[in-house]
Amino acid sequence: MLLLALLGVPAVAAVVAYALPAPGARAAWLGLSASGHLALVALAWFAPPAPVFAGWLALDALGLVVLSTVSGLFAVVAWYAVGYLRRASPRGGRAFASCLLAFLGAATLVAVSHHFALLWVGLEGMTLAVAPLIFHRHDRRSLEAVWKYLVISSVGIALALLGVFFLATAQAVAPGGRPLVLDDLVSGAAGLQPAWLKAAFIFLLVGFGAKMGLAPMHTWKPDTYGEAPPLVGGLMAGALTSCAFLGLARVTQVAVAAGIAPFVRPLLVGFGLLSLIVAAAFLIGQTDLRRLLAYSSVEHMGLLVLGLGLGGLGSYGAVLHLVNNACVKGVMFLAVGNVLLSAGEGPAPVLTGALRRTPASGLLLLVGLFAVTGSPPFGLFLSEFAIVSGAFQGGHYVIAFTVLALLAVIFVSLSARILDAVYGPAPAAARVAESPWLVAGPAALALVTLMLGVFIPGPLFRALADGAQVLGGWAP
Amino acid sequence: MTQIVELLLLLVALTNFVVLGTTRLSTCIRAIAVQGALLGLLPLALYPGGSLHTWGLAAGTILVKAIVLPRFLRWAIREAAVRREVEPRLGYVASLLLGVAAVAAAFAISRQLPLLEQAREMLVPVALATVIIGLLVLTTRTKALVQVVGYIMLENGVYLFGLIHVERVPFLVEVGVLLDVFVAVFIMGIVVFHISREFDSLDTTRLTELTD
Repeated sequence: MLLLALLGVPAVAAVVAYALPAPGARAAWLGLSASGHLALVALAWFAPPAPVFAGWLALDALGLVVLSTVSGLFAVVAWYAVGYLRRASPRGGRAFASCLLAFLGAATLVAVSHHFALLWVGLEGMTLAVAPLIFHRHDRRSLEAVWKYLVISSVGIALALLGVFFLATAQAVAPGGRPLVLDDLVSGAAGLQPAWLKAAFIFLLVGFGAKMGLAPMHTWKPDTYGEAPPLVGGLMAGALTSCAFLGLARVTQVAVAAGIAPFVRPLLVGFGLLSLIVAAAFLIGQTDLRRLLAYSSVEHMGLLVLGLGLGGLGSYGAVLHLVNNACVKGVMFLAVGNVLLSAGEGPAPVLTGALRRTPASGLLLLVGLFAVTGSPPFGLFLSEFAIVSGAFQGGHYVIAFTVLALLAVIFVSLSARILDAVYGPAPAAARVAESPWLVAGPAALALVTLMLGVFIPGPLFRALADGAQVLGGWAP
Repeated sequence: MTQIVELLLLLVALTNFVVLGTTRLSTCIRAIAVQGALLGLLPLALYPGGSLHTWGLAAGTILVKAIVLPRFLRWAIREAAVRREVEPRLGYVASLLLGVAAVAAAFAISRQLPLLEQAREMLVPVALATVIIGLLVLTTRTKALVQVVGYIMLENGVYLFGLIHVERVPFLVEVGVLLDVFVAVFIMGIVVFHISREFDSLDTTRLTELTD
């Protein structure tokens, strides 16, 4: 029942939001429904929900971690939207709140589905739900962004569907087992046809990888994040990518159970390293703040698949990194959104000296910078440390040192631009009033990131450890 | 029945080449409509004496792929007032040759993969070839509308492959595909419409402002 409620709340809320006449009421409703969803997710931690629809929908540790991350980030973004919609009117108008809620519903479906076709439908739904929101300024650049996003992600999703069919083919030769149900695929993994399973893995890696924005399928990312309203960008960088990663983690789970880990691990590590290299290369000298965040997102996606590919402690690092990445992306995108709001529209908006113009957002940006680059005591330090330790444990010293070198390059490039944005000269010097709606949410996310670096609560640790275990790894 | 299946698959492969070789947008759309109709007939030929399920699948496919989508594309052409000139980045002869290579590759790959009994000899190779040719059209043509045609071909290839599983895996998969094609192209169409209003052209090579 709880699972159905989790899916039903955003779906019903999306319809109701469309029916509400006043923009203020729609924004408040968005926040309330998001909080309701988060409360249901919290309930799932105390009373694990029973599987429904013959095991097609179930909530395991990995799903619960992703669901909580997405729901928490969404609640913050939803309340942020209350303040944001008073200052700006993004594209989508009446449908803005409905599209966001539909996005949440689809994300929930991804997190709770134990059936690959359903998972695919959820990812498809997420892609479509945000597409109208990217196109928020009716101009050439915005159009180009949405076109690139649509082409690359729809091709990716089509190839992923082909991958799902391949997976069904791999299973068809094995006797028994419900088709495409995760639990049956894992328990009957020995009977899966290896050639088709490998083909399925490659197509799903490319398809879900395009959704995550792994290099070389990342080309839509800078444009889309650069053009989308910051809160939509934050949701894409924190939630959409996490769900796509969950899809990839599920296939990896099947592949590990089927004993083709030696085939899949190098592929994952390769995509991870390539993403890190591309991110490091394009971050050097990047001046646009949102494009900077986009390449930072490519970097973190690279770290996620790298951890997944390394296994061992790396798997634990990857699952923890997923939570951290979502929080810190929320902080960064929302803080940058505030800076952009205060800079005003125009050909040359003022994007430096945030600390003087908007002290709270400037401070958040500074905290976010340290968090996103994996400095202690933030959570990303721990998760990146775990991923690199995974490389050392596996004896992959070259990989470990390459990653450390790339992380250093990324640290320098990110710091250079963001410190400029925070401390640089502020010509107008006029302070801009900051609405508490626009500051409270990102501040809460920053606190969560800080907490995860200092103390991981027991139940969360057990969920992370369980998640790492099914991916063929272990917790420290 | 096997002969009918093979004939249908052969015709599907031919429509791929029509799209690759034509200079006219309307021919592209006609070819894609014919391909949609062929895909609709395939489940009936593959699973003779079909259940309600296969009939429903056939009817749904023909409705969406052979009637609705082509009409929608034609509407988009009228709105944007473009008719001919497919303007490939790659010459027609080169793309036809690449198409032939794609078919050869698809047959070679399918040889390597152990097949199921439902997978008739030609189904998997034609499906893979359609996927590859769809990708080819999507990447080598510059007009937004032709790219949409390429995307539909890619989807058609995926659908063809999915036909193996019609009886084993429940409804959901097919519904997912149809929904996906419908919605994705719908949105793409709207975007195309916007593109035309914005630039007075449907040429995506002019979408090059966002670079690093």
